[in-house]
Amino acid sequence: MKFLAVCSTGLGSSFMVHMNIEKVLKELGVSGITVDHADLGSVARGDADAIFVGRDIAEAAEHLGNVVVLNSIIDLNELRIKVRTEAETLGVAIPNGAAK
Amino acid sequence: MNGVLSVLLDIFRQPSIIVALISLIGLSVQRKSFSDVLKGTVRTLVGFLVLAAGAGVVVGALNPFGDMFQQAFNVQGVVPNNEAIVGQVLLTYGSAAALIFFFGMIVNIALAAATRFKFIYLSGHVAFYMAAMIAVILGVAGFDTWAVILWGSLAQGLVMTMSPALVQPFMKKVTGTDDVALGHTGNAGIALSGLVATLVKGKNPKSTEDIVFPKGLGFLRDTTVIVALSMGIIYVIVTLFAGPDYVQSELSDGQNYIVYALMQAATFSAGVFIILAGVRVVLAEIVPAFKGISERLVKNARPALDVPIVFTFAPNAVLIGFLSSFVGGIIGMVVMVFMGTAIIIPGVVAHFMTGAASGVIGNAAGGRRGAVLGAFANGIAITFLPLLLLPVLGDLGFSNSTFSDADYGVVGLFLGGLSSGAGQLGVIIGILGSLAAVFIASIALRGRDRRRAQSEQTQEAQFART
Repeated sequence: MKFLAVCSTGLGSSFMVHMNIEKVLKELGVSGITVDHADLGSVARGDADAIFVGRDIAEAAEHLGNVVVLNSIIDLNELRIKVRTEAETLGVAIPNGAAK
Repeated sequence: MNGVLSVLLDIFRQPSIIVALISLIGLSVQRKSFSDVLKGTVRTLVGFLVLAAGAGVVVGALNPFGDMFQQAFNVQGVVPNNEAIVGQVLLTYGSAAALIFFFGMIVNIALAAATRFKFIYLSGHVAFYMAAMIAVILGVAGFDTWAVILWGSLAQGLVMTMSPALVQPFMKKVTGTDDVALGHTGNAGIALSGLVATLVKGKNPKSTEDIVFPKGLGFLRDTTVIVALSMGIIYVIVTLFAGPDYVQSELSDGQNYIVYALMQAATFSAGVFIILAGVRVVLAEIVPAFKGISERLVKNARPALDVPIVFTFAPNAVLIGFLSSFVGGIIGMVVMVFMGTAIIIPGVVAHFMTGAASGVIGNAAGGRRGAVLGAFANGIAITFLPLLLLPVLGDLGFSNSTFSDADYGVVGLFLGGLSSGAGQLGVIIGILGSLAAVFIASIALRGRDRRRAQSEQTQEAQFART
C-alpha cells in the first residue's frame, strides 16, 4: 500500500507533506504503508492508493484517481484526520486508533 | 603512499561520492537499519549522477538557443532557470557545493539555537542551489578549496537563518501564526512585495479573494508542461528572428527550423525533468535527518518551508501575483533591449513560484493593490538582479542560463561585490560582519520582546487594580 504527496516540482512542499504523513502513520501505529513524494508531471493514475495534494493544485491533479485534497498543507490536525480516514477506508489496521 | 593519497583525492573530488557520504551520515544519525543505510547511500550516489546527466541534456538544448539569440539580436540571451544553471554549476563546483550545503545546515542549527531567529530552512532543494551559487562566487574570488567551504558554509548558514526572518512579519499576517516560516530563495523579492504592499495599502484594502476567477488554469502547476510550452514559444520567436537559413544550415542539419525549435524546447524541459528527479533523490535522506536533528537541538524551532505552503491561503492572489510578476519581467526585458545589455528572458517557473507567493504576501499586507504592485516589484527585481549577477559568476555568466530568484541576486551581489571591490579579505570581513550583525539584532530584538512583555504585564496589573 502506498501514499503519495504531490506538488508542482515534487521538491519542497510535497516532501514536507510526505514527512508529516509518515509522522501521522507512526502516531497511529500503522505499518505497511510506504510514503513518497513526486511532481505532478511524473505521477500517473494507479501510482498510489491515495494521493495527497494541496487545495491549490487539486484541479491539476483531478485525473490521478483517489486524490485527497488538503485545505492547508501546514495543518497537521487536518492531515491526521485525512490520513486516518484514508487508512480506514483502505482497510488498514490502526493499532493506536483509540488514542486519537 | 602517494598512490593511496591520490586515490583518496580522486574519491573526494567526486561530488556524487560526497553527497552519498552526507546521506550516509544522515541515515546513520537517524539509526536506520543496515539495509536502509546501504540503499539510501547508493540511491544518493546514483541520484547525483542522474542530476549531472540532466545537466548535459539542458546544456545541449541551451547552446543552440544561445547561438540563435546571438544571431538574431546580437546580444546574449539568458534564461533564468535554477535547475538549468545548477546542473551546470555542479559539474565543476559539485564537491564544494555539497560540502557548503552540509556544513551550512550545521551553521543554520547553531544560529537558530543561539539567537532569537529560530528558523530551520527545510527547503533542501533551494538551499542546495544557494550552496552551489556561493561555491561559484567564492571560487571565482580565488579562495582555496578549504576556504571556499569554510566561508561558504558560514554564508550559507546565515542565508538559511535570516532569509526566512525577512518575510516573517508578513508571513504572520498570512497564516495567522508565528509557528511557520517561508523558506525559499525568492524571499528577498517576496519581502519586497510585502513592503511595497504596506506602502500602497490605502484606507480600506479589499482582498483579492473576493474576486470570482475562472477555473481552468490548473495546468500552470505542472512544471514539465509549463516549461516545455513557455520555452517552445520563446524558442520559436528566437528562431524566426534568426531565420530559417541560419538555423537549417548551422544548427539543425537541414531539419525544418520550427520543428527543430520545438524539439529543442521540449528537450530543455526534459533536462529540467531529469535534474528535478536527481535533486529529489539526492535530498531524500538528507532533509529528514536535518529536520530530526534540528527538532532535537533547537527549542521552539520554526520550520521555514517552500512557497506553495502559502498558496492555499489565497488562490486568487496566486494567479494575480504570477501575472503581475510576469508583466514586470516583460517590461524589464524590454528595458534591457533599449539598454543594449544581455537580455534576461522572463522565466515562467520563477515568476510563478515567487510571483505567486509575492501576490499572497502582498494581499495580506495591502489587499488587491498590494498583491498587484508587490508582485510587480518582485517581477522587476528578479529580472534586473540576474542581469547584475552575471558578471560575478565568472565563466558561468556566459552559459545562457542563470539563477532566477531574488536571494541569489542579493547574496551573489553582496559576496561578488565585496570580492571585486575589496578582494578575499573583503569577503571574509563581510561574512564575519553579517554574523556579528545577526547577533546584535538578536540581542536588540530580545530586549524589545522583553520590554513589550513587561509593559503588557504593567497594563494588566493597572487594569486589575481599576
